[in-house]
Amino acid sequence: MSDLTKLTLAEARDALRKGETTSVALTEACLAEIEGAGALNAFVHHTPEIALEHAKAADERIAGGDAPAMCGMPLGIKDLFCTRGVPSQAASHILNGFRPEYESTVTQNLWDAGAVMLGKLNMDEFAMGSSNETSTYGNAVNPWRRGNDDAQLTPGGSSGGSAAAVAADLCLAATGTDTGGSIRQPAAFTGIVGLKPTYGRCSRWGVVAFASSLDQAGPMTKTVRDAAIMLGAMAGHDPKDSTSADLAVPDFEAAITGDIRGKKIGIPKEYRMEGMPAEIEKLWADGADMLRDAGAEIVDISLPHTKYALPAYYVIAPAEASSNLARYDGVRYGHRAKLAQGDGIVQMYEKTRAEGFGPEVQRRVMIGTYVLSAGFYDAYYNRARKVRTLIKRDFETVFADGIDAILTPATPSAAFGLGEMAEADPVQMYLNDVFTVTVNLAGLPGIAVPAGLDGQGLPLGLQLIGRPWEEGDLLNTAEVMERAASFVSSPSKWW
Amino acid sequence: MSIDIDTARQVAHLARIAVQEDDLPELARELSGILTFMEQLNEVDVDGVEPMVSVTPMRLKRREDVVTDGGMQDKILSNAPDAREGFFAVPKVVE
Repeated sequence: MSDLTKLTLAEARDALRKGETTSVALTEACLAEIEGAGALNAFVHHTPEIALEHAKAADERIAGGDAPAMCGMPLGIKDLFCTRGVPSQAASHILNGFRPEYESTVTQNLWDAGAVMLGKLNMDEFAMGSSNETSTYGNAVNPWRRGNDDAQLTPGGSSGGSAAAVAADLCLAATGTDTGGSIRQPAAFTGIVGLKPTYGRCSRWGVVAFASSLDQAGPMTKTVRDAAIMLGAMAGHDPKDSTSADLAVPDFEAAITGDIRGKKIGIPKEYRMEGMPAEIEKLWADGADMLRDAGAEIVDISLPHTKYALPAYYVIAPAEASSNLARYDGVRYGHRAKLAQGDGIVQMYEKTRAEGFGPEVQRRVMIGTYVLSAGFYDAYYNRARKVRTLIKRDFETVFADGIDAILTPATPSAAFGLGEMAEADPVQMYLNDVFTVTVNLAGLPGIAVPAGLDGQGLPLGLQLIGRPWEEGDLLNTAEVMERAASFVSSPSKWW
Repeated sequence: MSIDIDTARQVAHLARIAVQEDDLPELARELSGILTFMEQLNEVDVDGVEPMVSVTPMRLKRREDVVTDGGMQDKILSNAPDAREGFFAVPKVVE
């Protein structure tokens, strides 16, 4: 079979079961593509020995006739996931050399299902960023370009390496994590599918923590069906994460029936932002038409507190981050600064953290420290948590009124150039999350689906937001839209 | 709310991040910009609204209070920048 790395998970699964290829062949094809894709800087730690070992075991299991859907699938793993014996440093200098003695629950679930680890993927440092430019490994690069312009574009962030690797067919699928849009925005920027599950669907154990009440792992794949297949293997209750939901994992793929007749799809008027590019506006209207043509009812809805989601997020997320990142003190793991004569433990902490954290992480830790400090806790942190309650209530109200899913743009623009935001205010970068961050604050599932190209030939995505725990229904609606949009473009290979 | 240089110095110290004196004005300016952005939250009427504690209403699970893991000193210390005689080593804390 040719073009093995271009297969979807569903296609590869079927080919493996029919004996048309082997996991070793798939894995070797991916390793060769990765080898030739250094210019994308997507894979930052390569694990070919582990990959081939996993692949051989998968082939034996498949031959035995009792292999789950993910068996033999070569995957990329975001650097935020702890993987036993393999560098796992959240793209931060402060975790230089860190090799965990344990495996995250999500990756363990994938290996138990027979999946194959190709290596670790680039990302923004501690998942803080929207362009993969805060990584200690340097920028990941989007395989897409503006027409014939060879300017390098961002793959988005924070799961930028995951998005670039899947879009460039270096792996069949990848894991991502999403705290404010870090799966969905890069998926939209690279023309792939990215699913953030309901908070609690996937265990957070062993995933380096950014903002614990918002973080959620999810699949980044070539198709909606693949997202359903991979989520099934990632999800599940885990006694080691007290916030992981004790719910059975349904067969998400079986929920994809292609029938959305009678579903009510909400179009929230507050997402029509001032200065929204006409192309995004048109894409959004086209998406609504596709769902209407498939028999869904399109309903105008209001989510009145949308405007306040971004400022609330940028209080809550840094507050939690400042607390979570307190553990990086140069004592138990990672980097420790060289100390001068007479330096005590406080100097050790301060120098270690100044050297170890990049500028954006430092900024967020300090903002978080400020909003949690005595005298400001009520004014900022508690107020933001109250606004979060109101944002969640907005969604509960429309769902109670019978809305099944909500359709919005995934991002306010197509991928921008690396370095283009260098002079911008940090807040300008935060605006990338404007359509995605509400979903994290409300703990809902959301999916980005590629829906078209802009005038420069760059992919644009739409987002569907579902009811809590109804990823199956959400995936079904997303698959209908995916089929109607028939997005088949892929980046032409320049790397 | 704008942050002055003294406040920036204090926040950096609370966060245990060394910031050079020369860099404090820029830090104060950046933090002020972000806080100004957050001040939009003051427009929202939050009277009588409970601050969110958990996004999914759930009762945290409990288990028996017993030892479930341990006996892995080598593994715990394996990533330490400075481990000696079975302990993490740090600069002298008590005079």
